[in-house]
Amino acid sequence: MRPFHRRPGEGLGRVRFCAAVIFRVLIAAPAFAGATTSSAQNVAITGGTVVIGDGSAPISNGTVIISNGRVTAAGAGIVVQSGAQIIDARGKWVTAGIVAGFSRIGLAGVDAVGPTNDTSARSSPFNASLDVAAAINPDVAAIAVNRAAGVTRAIVSPEASPGAIFGGQGAVIDTAADPQAVMRAKLFQFVEFGEAGAERAGGSRPALYAWFRNALAEANDYARGKLREDSILKPQDAAALVPVITGRQKLVVHVESATDILAVLDLTKTYPALDLVLVGVSEGWRVAAQIAAAKVPVIASAVNDLPGSFETIAASQSSVGRMKAAGVELAIGMIDDNDTRQAMHAAQYAGNLVALTKIPGATGLNWNDAFAAITSKPADVMGLGGEIGSLKAGRRADVVIWDGDPLEVTTGVEAVWIDGVKQPLSTRQTRLRDRYATPAPGALPKAYDR
Amino acid sequence: MRLVALTVLIALAGCAATPPPKTAAAKTSATKQAPINKDPYPSTYKPYAGVPTLVRNVTIYDGEGGRIENGSVLFENGKVTSVGGAMADSSVPAGATVIDGTGKWVTPGVIDIHSHLGDYPSPGVDANSDGNEATGPVRAEVWAEHSVWPQDPGFSRALVNGGVTSLEILPGSANLFGGRSVVLKNVYARTVQGMKFPGAPYGLKMACGENPKRVYGGKGQMPATRMGNMAVNRQTWINAADYKRKLDKGEVVKRDLQLETLMGVLNGEILVQNHCYRADEMAQVIDMSKEFGYHVSAFHHAVESYKIADLLKENNICSAMWADWWGFKMESYDAINENIPLVDNAGACAIVHSDDPNGIQRLYQEAAKALADGRRMGIKISDEHAWMWLSYNPAKALGIAHKTGSLKPGKMADVVLWNGNPFSVYTRPEKVWIDGALMYDANDPKRKPVSDFELGQPGEGDVK
Repeated sequence: MRPFHRRPGEGLGRVRFCAAVIFRVLIAAPAFAGATTSSAQNVAITGGTVVIGDGSAPISNGTVIISNGRVTAAGAGIVVQSGAQIIDARGKWVTAGIVAGFSRIGLAGVDAVGPTNDTSARSSPFNASLDVAAAINPDVAAIAVNRAAGVTRAIVSPEASPGAIFGGQGAVIDTAADPQAVMRAKLFQFVEFGEAGAERAGGSRPALYAWFRNALAEANDYARGKLREDSILKPQDAAALVPVITGRQKLVVHVESATDILAVLDLTKTYPALDLVLVGVSEGWRVAAQIAAAKVPVIASAVNDLPGSFETIAASQSSVGRMKAAGVELAIGMIDDNDTRQAMHAAQYAGNLVALTKIPGATGLNWNDAFAAITSKPADVMGLGGEIGSLKAGRRADVVIWDGDPLEVTTGVEAVWIDGVKQPLSTRQTRLRDRYATPAPGALPKAYDR
Repeated sequence: MRLVALTVLIALAGCAATPPPKTAAAKTSATKQAPINKDPYPSTYKPYAGVPTLVRNVTIYDGEGGRIENGSVLFENGKVTSVGGAMADSSVPAGATVIDGTGKWVTPGVIDIHSHLGDYPSPGVDANSDGNEATGPVRAEVWAEHSVWPQDPGFSRALVNGGVTSLEILPGSANLFGGRSVVLKNVYARTVQGMKFPGAPYGLKMACGENPKRVYGGKGQMPATRMGNMAVNRQTWINAADYKRKLDKGEVVKRDLQLETLMGVLNGEILVQNHCYRADEMAQVIDMSKEFGYHVSAFHHAVESYKIADLLKENNICSAMWADWWGFKMESYDAINENIPLVDNAGACAIVHSDDPNGIQRLYQEAAKALADGRRMGIKISDEHAWMWLSYNPAKALGIAHKTGSLKPGKMADVVLWNGNPFSVYTRPEKVWIDGALMYDANDPKRKPVSDFELGQPGEGDVK
């Protein structure tokens, strides 16, 4: 799969590409007929409760206009031009698509089936230079399942493997039913700190920091053409870290405990150019003020509340709310939490944070912030807020129609557009459901029932 | 991932081989089989003190499919005494605590039929990893209660966030016969005996499919295939039947913990809780149970139950399922979100289970998801009926439905007051009573348990 890079404003070619693909699908599978729309045509979704995704309140009787793959307007009092295809969304919610803040969607077909799982590279001689873009497979069931659940984009990260703290370079993808999933490759470098980083570095946190400082020094050597013959990093890995040390590429750091968070924040004193993003951050509430002061954004595991390890002893569901209150820029992600498949649970997690606002002593998020934490905030944290994550004018038209409040567990998805292209919502799960709606076979075996 | 950590345990397995001292009694040649104590680790659980309590002006799901609007629940001395509509003030017992639950819901406590709290506790360090005796495919002799660490912080989360009042702790699924399970009241105690659900029958954990064949096949042992799984299973049942025959005839036999548990199944005293994903394998197990004369109480995980819901109904077997877990292993690939409602719709027994210390905190949300997915495909299920998936049906599959699992007079007052509709993501337990004792109150920090492990550690006492 060819990664492609695109700056804001370059969406048109992408949309044409998608439309062409969908057209081919349409010929092959008439079932998709009616599920597509010409990207050139304006679509007006009217009458629904519109949620922009930027933290603003839901807008009753709102309108969303999609044109040429982009949102051109969303809100109240919008005039629909004649000729637009009008979709009546009265009684529905119309929102920005969910952006999976941290995931490994597209990297595994079946987690435990090794050949289908590209999340980590246990025996590879390489680490930082590994690039997930080549592995993203839009045919894995997780793409369709998450699309059908309202997830339209995902931040996708590799895992670090034993012997190296760097996992490699992550991407942002879309979940559209077309072969081109990668929206932007080499968006960030992933590194393990804390317990997992220490273990991968050789068995201790001092070893981890030695590993990290050496790697950055060797990247610096590489940039100056002076990488030593006996370097620990291979030249390819040193080269991959050059944009990290110069701050041109984000460094996504998995860290959980308060102590480790402070140690990571401290790195910016030595390496001021680092563009850090923290992920996991179960004990973030204990050092929320320091995280906020450092202006380092967080992609938090929202509902972790178990001391699953010694680095998460103080994990609390109130952590996100308290960090938000302290001024931390915050999104919800799902590191190591069924992250190859279940990104759609981000909405349920966000809803749980709203539930906390009714619990004495707990700190949650209000609904608007909770919804933003799974749409615009992941986009903002990754520097993509101008392109995705909300229904603000000019953004890629990733739009979902829901049959109710999108954070409520009983709510379902009725329609999805990605880059302005209406998407199929059928999955192999829905096909199996339909086949077995009555379990006993009919005149022929179930295998004939399609 | 759990299985990976087990290699450590295997290395330690030889440590407990010290022979017991010989006693005079052991030397005596008996002519009659000494009676076997079937309850050598008896429950010492005693309900904590409660006060007569009336919760009124609430919506009640009674756990058996009933719903009462503007209802009242009265419990006294640990038992439900009255469930109905508005109660006249004159009927309220003197001294009762009266709670106005306007806008709130009351349900029976959630029962999780599949948990590893205590035997795979938090923190998940190797030293605490006691869930799988993965040293042989037949380990029916082990008892999960001998692994359960009663200080697992997970019990408190299940109570506070999940409204879980009873739960079954199972051994893991590395083995075909994983050992005995134990049913607990979700009340912290110094010992596991202090948590054991009084009078609950034992369960036997069995497992189909990938795990046993992978764990033992990977060691070059039998079973390495699904046919190997079945062969070892059948030979084991043959041995158990032989043991039972001897005992039934009054012959003197050497005590054998493995065979005693298996015989308990054949005698109908121990309930089979069978981890099994695929429809075709469940059908094999059903035939095997008929071959040897036992009954499977529930298939656990059962992601393909929807394919054979009619067969499960016909054989009176429950399915304990997730709402939307799928794709983590090959045998979970055909999981669908409508599994639970489809099983229910076929008239078979459906249960929502967790198998997870996080999931157990949100079982009511999982049920809500399944309910909504079922409705979207046109299956008509009421909210009050769906609550059976969370309390009565698991109680039935655990053999404790005559004691708990629904709000009926005389049953244990295992009760949750929810701060809203419990099929909403925005709802949490407000109060949880177990045997009529208030064990959690969102409005009283003193009614929130903190395990020994968390005491004096960062975050202790925090609202988790």
